[in-house]
Amino acid sequence: MTGVDASWPLYEVFVRGKRGLNHVHVGSLRAADPRMALENARDLYTRRNEGVSIWVVRSADISASAPDEKDPFFAPSGDKVYRHPTFYDIPADVPHI
Amino acid sequence: MPSPDPGDDLAEARLQAHFDDTIARDRRIEPRDWMPEGYRRTLVRQIAQHAHSEIIGMQPEGDWITKAPSLRRKAILLAKVQDEAGHGLYLYSAAETLGADRADLTRQLADGRQKYSSIFNYPSETFADVGVIGWFVDGAAICNQVPLCRTSYGPYARAMVRVCKEESFHQRQGYELLLTMMRGTDAQRAMVQDAVDRWWWPSLMMFGPPDDDSPNSARSMAWKIKRHSNDELRQRFVDMTVPQADRLGVRLPDPELRWNAERGHHDFGTPDFAELTRVIQGDGPCNAERVRRRRAAHEEGAWVREAARAHAAKSAARRDGHAHHGATEGAAA
Amino acid sequence: MDDAHSAPAGPDSGSDARWAFGTGFTDPLHGVDTALAAGTDAAALVADCLALGDDALISAQRLAQWCTRAPELEVEMALANIGLDLIGQARLLYSRAGQADGTGRTEDDYAYARGPADFRNVRLTELPNGDYAFTIARLLVLSAWRLAVSERLTDAADPVLRAIATKGVGELTYHREFAAGWAVRLGDGTDVSHARMQRGFDDVLPYLGELFEPGATVGVDAHAVRDEVVDVLHRVVRAAGLTLGTPPATEPGAAGRAGRHTEHLAPLLHELQSVARALPGAVW
Repeated sequence: MTGVDASWPLYEVFVRGKRGLNHVHVGSLRAADPRMALENARDLYTRRNEGVSIWVVRSADISASAPDEKDPFFAPSGDKVYRHPTFYDIPADVPHI
Repeated sequence: MPSPDPGDDLAEARLQAHFDDTIARDRRIEPRDWMPEGYRRTLVRQIAQHAHSEIIGMQPEGDWITKAPSLRRKAILLAKVQDEAGHGLYLYSAAETLGADRADLTRQLADGRQKYSSIFNYPSETFADVGVIGWFVDGAAICNQVPLCRTSYGPYARAMVRVCKEESFHQRQGYELLLTMMRGTDAQRAMVQDAVDRWWWPSLMMFGPPDDDSPNSARSMAWKIKRHSNDELRQRFVDMTVPQADRLGVRLPDPELRWNAERGHHDFGTPDFAELTRVIQGDGPCNAERVRRRRAAHEEGAWVREAARAHAAKSAARRDGHAHHGATEGAAA
Repeated sequence: MDDAHSAPAGPDSGSDARWAFGTGFTDPLHGVDTALAAGTDAAALVADCLALGDDALISAQRLAQWCTRAPELEVEMALANIGLDLIGQARLLYSRAGQADGTGRTEDDYAYARGPADFRNVRLTELPNGDYAFTIARLLVLSAWRLAVSERLTDAADPVLRAIATKGVGELTYHREFAAGWAVRLGDGTDVSHARMQRGFDDVLPYLGELFEPGATVGVDAHAVRDEVVDVLHRVVRAAGLTLGTPPATEPGAAGRAGRHTEHLAPLLHELQSVARALPGAVW
């Protein structure tokens, strides 16, 4: 736990680019505590006004689907092609759609 | 989904086939995907080198922030060098998705076990160097990096998208500084030409050894980690830079440099690749100084990082103790 | 070759995505009338702009000296951000000073063509960086002071100074939070960091009195500023498990606002002005 090389924990950073959008994962950083993670995220990922809201979460606290489970996990929606906008054939001269 | 045990070899062959297919279809490999060990190792090495280059690359320009001759230039340069720290962090972050640990990568840099771009081992002697580094070094970096926005590993590609967008400002601020200086005094024009003379050949070396002497390139190209050869990128950089030099009114220090209408490209002289080898192997003008300073900053900061960690642990313990205490009280009531 | 070179491509490359920035940047002086209002005490306005501008510039110069030397890369980012905010404030303040004094001097004239005795920064800003704990203690004091002053200047008589102060409040709130967070971490962290943070506060203490001299607070009530800053310091010091002594009184006229500086300002300015002075007539 001591010494030059002991790291701060890794945090994943999610930024809401502007109002009306979801928070999107932008990367990770290291911080000793959540407050520092938020400050660091502000300085690293939003220094060009890229965000209006930031979430940080310890990487170790994220549960993810394993790639091996990918097929059964995502298969139920894979055949519901009507959920996808490209399912609908719209004439090219219809504007704003 | 329990499956009959076909043997590890068969499973691995299937995974390999899936990986190869993903690459062939120009899809991205993502962190939790299976990948060949060589692919992972190659990526960690390349991304770490890239990250180290950003961090070490702060030094040649960083020393001019406090001396910048106008407040506008001071703000631009501080923002630029800060960006480089940010780019280093994006890249370390990408490397960490492959299971690498930033502290470990930093140690390997400090120990000289991992490399960084040869260019940052040259000294920055005058303020004109700030402009020429932006123009040449960031220009060369953009040539190298724009294709990496489509590299096969997703987190690396996404980091490069961010880096490339930000670097466009870096190159432009450099060129604009030089344009301004060329409109100034004779002394300023001489400074610019001197900086061009010193940085031109090292900048061409940034693209690495010639293709027929670049042993790892073929495999990286097959994996679509690397998308263009060293010589292709070097040619692109020369073609891009020559008209910019004309417009600026400086002379590029290469007597063999001329337009070749037949090829549709500029011909140019051969960089001193023996010098490149020496610099990469640690014998450049500033290698020792660059690494020493990075190591010193890291070591001198150890007490700060440790204190922050200790405070976080104490705070968590206090919170837990508090919560536990509260729960006990609640149970008693 | 393919078209990958034409522009950075990627999942998030949209129409305005060629540049990483371009949204939401505002000119803090947008729509502000920069003409001097009748009845403005120009000399006082110039003095206020130079006091605040010099504090900002000298602080930014010290922060820039941390570049490539910060204890962690994330801290590198933060110190640079704070430095950039302060350079931005200095530029606006110097420009205003040049308008107010009627000479038309530019921001760079003030930064590069004055000697140490002409600078009006408080001495705390010019002290060498010391260790990270000293830098944090100083940053906490200066950002708490500057925030207290800026909040009160948001209704200053001069519209430009008002706009600069309004812009500064948001920035300084972050600077103060950053410094307070680190002071608590270091005070609470390890025995080593606790001792260093205590020494950091001990070392800034002799320079506190100067900040609250009448005349040092650019027309803002010095007592109110003092009460607010001392309150902030006490709260942080308490949370950090540290102590803060009583700030000494300073003799009026004996400090930075009167152009009397420590031995550290001259070399700082020598470095800051070295390139500009070496090339007379140059354009940058």
